[in-house]
Amino acid sequence: MTKSIANFLKKPFICTCIAVFFGCLVACLILLITGYSPAMSLAVMFNAIFSRPKFIVNIILKSTPIILTGISVAFAFKSGLFNIGSEGQYIFSTVISTIVGIVFDFHPIIQIPLVVFSGVFAGALLGGIVGFLKAKFGIHEVITSIMFNWIALYFCNFIANSQMFHKPESDGTYSINPSGFTLLMYDWKFSDDGVRFFKQNPFWGDIILKTDFNVNFLVAVFASILMWVFVYRTRKGYELRVTGLNPIAAENAGINVNKNIIYTMIIAGALSGLAGSLSITGTSSHNVHVLSTFENNGFNGLSVALIAGSSPIGCIFAGLMFSAFIYAGQTLQFKTGAPSEIVNIMIGVIVFFVALVKIIPIIVNRFLEKRGNA
Amino acid sequence: MLSTLLIALSITLMYSAPLTLAAIGGVISERSGVVNIGIEGMMSIGALAGATVGYFTHSAWLGFLCAGLAGGLLALLHAVASITFRADQTVSGIAINLIGPGLSMFLARYFFNGATTTLPVPNKLPKVIDQQNLKVTMFRGLNIDITVLIAFLVVFVTWFVFYQTKWGLRIRAMGEHPAAVDTLGVSVYKSRYACVIISGILAGLGGGTVTLAIISQFTPTAISGQGFIALAAVIFGKWRPFGTYFACLLFGFSQALVIILGDGNVVIPSTLLAMIPYILTIIVLIIFVGRSSAPKASGVPYEKGIR
Amino acid sequence: MEISKKYAVQMRGITKYFGNTKALDSVDLDIEKGEIHAILGENGAGKSTLMNILYGLYSADGGEIYLNGEKVYIKNPNSAIWNGIGMVHQHFMLIEKFSVLQNIVLGNETTDKFGIINMREAKKKVLDIIDKYGMKVDLKKKVKNISVGMQQKVEILKALYRGADILILDEPTAVLVPQEIDELMDVIENLKKDGKTIVIITHKLKEIKKSSQKCTIIRKGKFIECIDVKSESEQSLAEKMVGRKVKLLVDKSKANPGEKVFEIKNLTVKCEKGVERVKNLSLEVHRGEIYGLAGVDGNGQKELLECIISKKYAVSGQILINGKEIQNTSVRNVLNNKVSVIHEDRHKDGAILDMSVADNAILEKYREYPFNQRGFLIYEERDKFTKKLIKEYDIRPVDCEYTKIRNLSGGNQQKLIIGREIANDPELLIAVQPTRGLDVGAIEYVHKTLINLRDKGKAILLISLELDEILSVSDKIGVIYDGSIIGELDQEEADENNVGLLMAGGNKND
Repeated sequence: MTKSIANFLKKPFICTCIAVFFGCLVACLILLITGYSPAMSLAVMFNAIFSRPKFIVNIILKSTPIILTGISVAFAFKSGLFNIGSEGQYIFSTVISTIVGIVFDFHPIIQIPLVVFSGVFAGALLGGIVGFLKAKFGIHEVITSIMFNWIALYFCNFIANSQMFHKPESDGTYSINPSGFTLLMYDWKFSDDGVRFFKQNPFWGDIILKTDFNVNFLVAVFASILMWVFVYRTRKGYELRVTGLNPIAAENAGINVNKNIIYTMIIAGALSGLAGSLSITGTSSHNVHVLSTFENNGFNGLSVALIAGSSPIGCIFAGLMFSAFIYAGQTLQFKTGAPSEIVNIMIGVIVFFVALVKIIPIIVNRFLEKRGNA
Repeated sequence: MLSTLLIALSITLMYSAPLTLAAIGGVISERSGVVNIGIEGMMSIGALAGATVGYFTHSAWLGFLCAGLAGGLLALLHAVASITFRADQTVSGIAINLIGPGLSMFLARYFFNGATTTLPVPNKLPKVIDQQNLKVTMFRGLNIDITVLIAFLVVFVTWFVFYQTKWGLRIRAMGEHPAAVDTLGVSVYKSRYACVIISGILAGLGGGTVTLAIISQFTPTAISGQGFIALAAVIFGKWRPFGTYFACLLFGFSQALVIILGDGNVVIPSTLLAMIPYILTIIVLIIFVGRSSAPKASGVPYEKGIR
Repeated sequence: MEISKKYAVQMRGITKYFGNTKALDSVDLDIEKGEIHAILGENGAGKSTLMNILYGLYSADGGEIYLNGEKVYIKNPNSAIWNGIGMVHQHFMLIEKFSVLQNIVLGNETTDKFGIINMREAKKKVLDIIDKYGMKVDLKKKVKNISVGMQQKVEILKALYRGADILILDEPTAVLVPQEIDELMDVIENLKKDGKTIVIITHKLKEIKKSSQKCTIIRKGKFIECIDVKSESEQSLAEKMVGRKVKLLVDKSKANPGEKVFEIKNLTVKCEKGVERVKNLSLEVHRGEIYGLAGVDGNGQKELLECIISKKYAVSGQILINGKEIQNTSVRNVLNNKVSVIHEDRHKDGAILDMSVADNAILEKYREYPFNQRGFLIYEERDKFTKKLIKEYDIRPVDCEYTKIRNLSGGNQQKLIIGREIANDPELLIAVQPTRGLDVGAIEYVHKTLINLRDKGKAILLISLELDEILSVSDKIGVIYDGSIIGELDQEEADENNVGLLMAGGNKND
């Protein structure tokens, strides 16, 4: 009986649930101390997430980039690398996608892949450079990644302010040509037919008309399944896992560790790049603008990957949860005046407990042993 | 020409002060064997605490003190997770980086009626050399905060403690081979706790430097990435106090370069200039540093009596 | 035995659990003042655990400790040190980057005001001890730059500097050459003359006969008996330690070497710092022969191995397998040329501890058919192969293919690795310290497997620091010293003395 409790607590999913529980608990405590009603706040947040189909769809849409950057970070973790550069890869990708999307205007069949892959390539390039610098010169990937994050940010601002791309009287560039949009039913929903349909079906209107209804989430789900298969079912995935867990033994087994570092960073960068380019093609305003600081699409991926325990499939759920919290936090501030940053604290606490819960089974085991021996 | 140089020197020192404080914190923590990736979060909470206390008490020094305390408090969290509970230090550090900025903005809104920017402090930390009071006009342009001096002092004291005192000997040993230190009857747990908390205090002071000496208020972007730059400086400086200080100075210098070049008649967009520090860092790393070796036991939780 | 002042240490009913396993089961120990007392037991019998309890590193779950007839509570190493106990651990507790003197004073520094270290006083004290017991050590040198034998002296000095009266030595001779062992025995003798009590933890019978008066035998966590060493033969000691009849000598027929399989010609290898670690080294290994490479740790074995498997490139020279050059290529290429390696540290070099036994089994085969088909791993084939290895090499527990290899015992981990390497059907098998940390049963098994492989006509290169292993298993013995082979002997002409002398850098004809 007690043994089964220990085994139960060892399950990663249960560990995550415990962490989430503590995250909410701490958040409630802070709200209580600062004079807001936790019960009401929770109710408001719950409503903000579930009360309208539009909210749910928006949460799903907003989760897409962080699911992808989450997979990017999780994948790098599997090979023993810390891709803190996901943020920069994301930004660089949005910039390149935007440029390509503005400069070219082909038929969507060509335009969409062109825009998306240019962003993927941009992310992969940045990741690849980091991997190369580590493999060739032994420079820690964390330093170079941090530097590239900033370089990407200023590059974004450079493009957003450049004569060629800057849209007058805005803080950003022009939008990409609509041929590159990955929105679903984009033309139809604003046509007469569409407007008529949505008048009769407000439910669908809420979902499709009032959001950037797009295919991106499906791409993210597909990507996470693909990465799961890659990591756990393929030869190369096995090789990368071995490298991550014990690079010395990997090298002794004839695995080229340095090459794998570069591969891993290219793939991780490509995933963050995919997140970036899909954001450009799938959500308005389909452009990049001047960044005064990071928007955290990559850094949030870090938290998503940690909450998901580095599982690509887990990233889908962690990303959805993360996105829901952020969304609910904004409503919370709007409705009750409680600072929306409570959500950031909550997520931080969840990650903190994710670090702690890994040792819950150990503690439980010890406790049981002591009793067993007495 | 001279005044340009003096301005460059002043900016270099000004920018490097908060980085230095935070990075030396990182050095102390990592040399004792605990990776502290949460510096950013600790700086952030320090920046808020400094600005808030400074505003309400009218005392910049009290604010500065509280900045350190706030950073230390957050570091305590990291210490509990990574030392007592032997949790993954990177994960815990990232959590600190989420909690720190979140909490500081939350508190900013709480104390300043929903604004994420605090009101300016009435008194900033004093300056050692103030260009406005300089009698010799030749040296106009020279402008040095007291925090610059404090930062240098911290570097020196850390170096001294590390290499001249018994505590330093023990801390350095602990990062290499904690079990050896333990078998000699020195408590690894306690010492690591002390180091991590000191590291947090210094990071908090670094944050306070930003909001009490450089600018005079907390804004959401007051601390944006300095903690990570400090982290890079630690690795860059090979985990040595003066090496790290040099890395911070280099970083401050490239910031100065950006400002001075942007000021002149050079037609380079400021956004491209702003990349200089980061590109320079990578180039310097490629040329000079290469494979640097971290303290052997850094990042590895120590458990007594594990075979 | 009653509690008495006559005894330096008495332990009563010491019990200790690790998880659910009882590591020590009510063990008693009596050590007289001024004697050299051995604690004999196999790897994992619990002898180190018992001493770690005495030194305060572990806390016992039951039992009492008496020093000089008085009950004491030793909560941590500090109180052990305070009670005059010192311990030299098997894996040295030294900071490699520090100097010898820094290592000795660490934790007990002599200081001026404000904690500022003042080495003058400490240095004088250390020099006094060095003079008294005749230990030559250069205090200024960094620990990473001194020999293992020196490092051990530093460890002993650390204990004496703290005023130890009772000195525990955990497997002190494991890493020493015979000549160094003799030196160590002299030091111990000196210490004894000075009235110190010495406890030696060991599983080596010869040493016990040589050094100790009394011997306590521990088997599987239980006290077996305390005996007078003089009255027992090595054979009877061995049987009491293992609990059954054992063969002290390895059973094997004379080698029947065939053609040359592996050859190294004039190989020179530099380390990262640019120092030549392997110098103009040549050797050859024939089919059906075990070539034992003896030598003290740090004489170029590591660099030699790394160069053979192309992890490190040679400055000059050739490495040939069946006449084909393989130097300066890639690890993959070397493995493809049918060279297999059983690495020294299986946790670090050979196994992925957090992967399953099955995943570890295919570590070198995952690219090959049938495990890899069109880029995908075929798990059924992996499991089939793993089950075969488990059965063939008697790996326990039998249904362990999905267990993390971390959770297997050392012997079973090693069996899997040996099985995995032999399954590669190597032309040359390199075994580096293949029995490190294993118990007697597993050691016998490993040696038998190597000899069987030899009899099947394979070439085997055995690199070991354990002279006994080299002498008993090899057909031909080469001694590496300072990066070169300074002597080769056939098994018949080799013995502890002449090989030991070569290991210490002496001339074969001296």
